[in-house]
Amino acid sequence: MNEIEKSELLDRFAYLSERDSSDHLAVNCPADQLIEFCTVLRDEFQFDMLLDVTAIDWDVATPRFTGVYHFYSTVKQMYIRVASDCKDNIKPTLPSLVPLYSAADWHERETYDLMGIVYEGHPNLKRILMWDSYPYHPLRKDFPLAGIETPLPAEDIVGQTNLKVAAAPMMGGPFVSSGDGKMSQTEPKAKDESWNEEKGK
Amino acid sequence: MNTQTVAYDSKVEGEVIVTRADAVINWIRKNSVWPMPMGLACCAIELMAAGGSRFDISRFGMEVMRFSPRQADCMIVAGTVTYKMAEVVRRIYEQMGDPKWVVAMGACASSGGMYRSYATLQGVDRVVPVDVYISGCPPRPEALLDAMIKLQEKIKNENSVKNLLAEHPVKKIRQDAAS
Repeated sequence: MNEIEKSELLDRFAYLSERDSSDHLAVNCPADQLIEFCTVLRDEFQFDMLLDVTAIDWDVATPRFTGVYHFYSTVKQMYIRVASDCKDNIKPTLPSLVPLYSAADWHERETYDLMGIVYEGHPNLKRILMWDSYPYHPLRKDFPLAGIETPLPAEDIVGQTNLKVAAAPMMGGPFVSSGDGKMSQTEPKAKDESWNEEKGK
Repeated sequence: MNTQTVAYDSKVEGEVIVTRADAVINWIRKNSVWPMPMGLACCAIELMAAGGSRFDISRFGMEVMRFSPRQADCMIVAGTVTYKMAEVVRRIYEQMGDPKWVVAMGACASSGGMYRSYATLQGVDRVVPVDVYISGCPPRPEALLDAMIKLQEKIKNENSVKNLLAEHPVKKIRQDAAS
């Protein structure tokens, strides 16, 4: 079934290209044609549910950011993954899917918050997890997991407590599993285990 | 026969008991702690279990969970506190009437726990003065009960009258030397 859908889509839309996938049907779609393509997906191919909006940061590669969408068809009971590269590496933008799928609203806000992708045409594109005045997009590759020292917005609370965002102690982390072998033998470990709180200061 | 009476003797003192103000005030306070659950993550589930019939926090005189800070005097911070939530935790703490106490329940509230990240406050003692810390991820309900009993011991030994007369007895919060 996936093969039929795939060839049908690729034949009909010249701008689509096949995308490597180990599970579901996946295509690349240029950002300019995304709205057009998703409208057809929803109305003709019966992909009536938008499950997820996320993005990838490829670090030094160009294009740096790729928006990723997962759609599900409750009629055909199948998934499709649509990926769309952002043209600009500095100020990445994608068209908003809110007019097509209302589910895109909070998903796009989250991706904007954490990845910094601006969804053009979004009715209310503000941060959803971090506070409004937070200056960074923390899931980008150039952002350290521990965080960056940042002032907090509530002045009265800061006045009483001197609270601010401070870089978290990483204890030689981040803690990662080697991922090869049994789970019992590949517990997440710090890369540098010589670290301790005394030395850290 | 010569029997010594060290404490209250109704024949001598009638219906009068002589004691220290601190002892009376602390005794009253420690047996009527009204906790407010500040349930922010999975620790709150254990907190609920402690309130249920199996573990039954009311055996120790602290079962009146109040969901308004104005009616509570002990905040149980149960869960991960993000920087965004830290402001709210402090504001709620300030709405509680004095005297008030804070219990940091679990690894996250005590130290940030496993969340060494940009979003998580590394210990709630940076915004509110914590009286008792509970280890565990999440702690067992018994650990919470133990902490509350420890808190009662602490309340029992406070200088209540001195604190009452003092200009706002400010409890200290943690300040990092490094930051």
